[in-house]
Amino acid sequence: MKCQQCEKPATFHITELTEPTGPVMVHLCEEHARTYLSQENSDSPTNALAGMLAKQLKLEQTADQLAKLDKKTCPVCGITFAEFRQAGRLGCAYDYVCFEDDLGALLLSIHGSKTHKGKRPARGTGSPDRQHKLIQLRREMHEAVTAEQYERAGELRDTIQDIENGGDLPGAPPSPDAAPDSDSDPNSGST
Amino acid sequence: MKLDELAGKCGEWLLGTGPESDIVISSRVRLARNLAEFPFIRKANDSERTQISQLVHAKMDSIKSWPDLLYVDIQSLDEVDRQFLVERQLMSREMAEAKGDRAVAIDPNERFSIMVNEEDHLRLQVMCSGLDLQTAWERIDKLDDELGEKLTYAFHDTLGFLTACPTNVGTGMRVSVMMHLPALVITREIEKVFRSLQKINVAVRGLYGEGSQFMGDFYQISNQITLGRTEAELVTTVNEVVPRIIEYERRAREFLVNESEQDLHDDVSRAYGILCTAKKISSEETLHYLSKVRMGVNLGLIRSIEIETINKLFVQTQPAHLQKLRGQHLSVADRNIERASYLQSHLGPNSKSDADN
Ligand SMILES: [Zn+2]
Ligand SMILES: [Zn+2]
Repeated sequence: MKCQQCEKPATFHITELTEPTGPVMVHLCEEHARTYLSQENSDSPTNALAGMLAKQLKLEQTADQLAKLDKKTCPVCGITFAEFRQAGRLGCAYDYVCFEDDLGALLLSIHGSKTHKGKRPARGTGSPDRQHKLIQLRREMHEAVTAEQYERAGELRDTIQDIENGGDLPGAPPSPDAAPDSDSDPNSGST
Repeated sequence: MKLDELAGKCGEWLLGTGPESDIVISSRVRLARNLAEFPFIRKANDSERTQISQLVHAKMDSIKSWPDLLYVDIQSLDEVDRQFLVERQLMSREMAEAKGDRAVAIDPNERFSIMVNEEDHLRLQVMCSGLDLQTAWERIDKLDDELGEKLTYAFHDTLGFLTACPTNVGTGMRVSVMMHLPALVITREIEKVFRSLQKINVAVRGLYGEGSQFMGDFYQISNQITLGRTEAELVTTVNEVVPRIIEYERRAREFLVNESEQDLHDDVSRAYGILCTAKKISSEETLHYLSKVRMGVNLGLIRSIEIETINKLFVQTQPAHLQKLRGQHLSVADRNIERASYLQSHLGPNSKSDADN
């Protein structure tokens, strides 16, 4: 059996008795087990996060589902769910849309909530699609410049400026599956 | 304004003038923000990091209410300067040790600093002296608005501000208070106090944050949750718990004075004596004894020193500060000698003459 947080074999099998849903087994390599076991005394949010992820995932998924989830990749930044689990850090804002369901449960166990109640930014950020298209276009523009394709770079720059000024999105959203557009707002750019 | 000029000065937050400043050193509010049109740092390439840094720098320069902002390129700094900024609490240790294009923007009065390309694209922080989270929050809210008018932040309609780590998402806000709790440590009540705090979602850390030992009896109290509550509610969470800890600490000090004043006075006086007379001293030892002396001053057992002096010594006796003040690189052994002489020249009645040889 593999460690729930990395590719190494799991040598520690910890049974959690404190979960309200009943006992939960957590399977970890030595290194991750040490992190996991020290989390109660630790104040590092990263360690706590790793532990919570391990619990969360085991609670809801079978090994097959876990393996599948680990291969899930963000189309914008290329991070896999496995990489996120190991690093505890996401690769781009689109990950919150792309890994929505899996992160949702995690957010709930960290914060006890999934709904922001605080302030909102002065500038409207627009729909997630709009933001993520910008990330991709900027990358392509940089690649074009590096490849000395200046005409292409110029076109891309115009498109970026268009989007930034509230123009329509070219092409389809970057998501491979799911259509995470429940909150897309065509009036982006407004406050 | 240059970095070197900061060394001899003292940030407002160290003055020891704010509310409850016998026990609360400083109040800090931090906001994590990311730019909508770039990947997070973990997946940003070198060119993107540079673009982020340049964009942020240009936008900051265009904010008229932020004159004289010091924009420090961390890559071009030497080891001592990096550590200096960490000791000064203007940037994180992670930031000092990281690689790639990154910067810290510093207000000349050290009221705020903004880390660029740390774990998130932007980490804004505001520090105030004593227990004054409300002021810290109001200031950072304004800074965030001013910057937010120039930059487009990654924001999700229901999840709020998006951050590299899911533990920060929502408000992106960490509210923290640095407390000096020597009596709770001596009476061994500190564990009990902290255990009761865990139930209300408040985290406790040692002075130098993650991974380090609790040194010098300093503890940082902060909110754990960032999502699902308003910023004002998060401030309230910490604001409600701090007075209770202050109360515990005051009671423990009272207990020590009543039950064992002689022991306490002896302990404090010895600490003071060592700081005034040692010929070489490490930074751990200094922290340990300064903590005792600080409590002694607050309890009226030592009357010749100001709290502000002790607060400054905590910062200025650290390795990078000593080297910047002296204007040269020093080995560990030389630093221990320099530290002892620095302490002597700032503590005690006839200290100046002692420091001559
Ligand atoms: Zn592992
Ligand atoms: Zn991504």
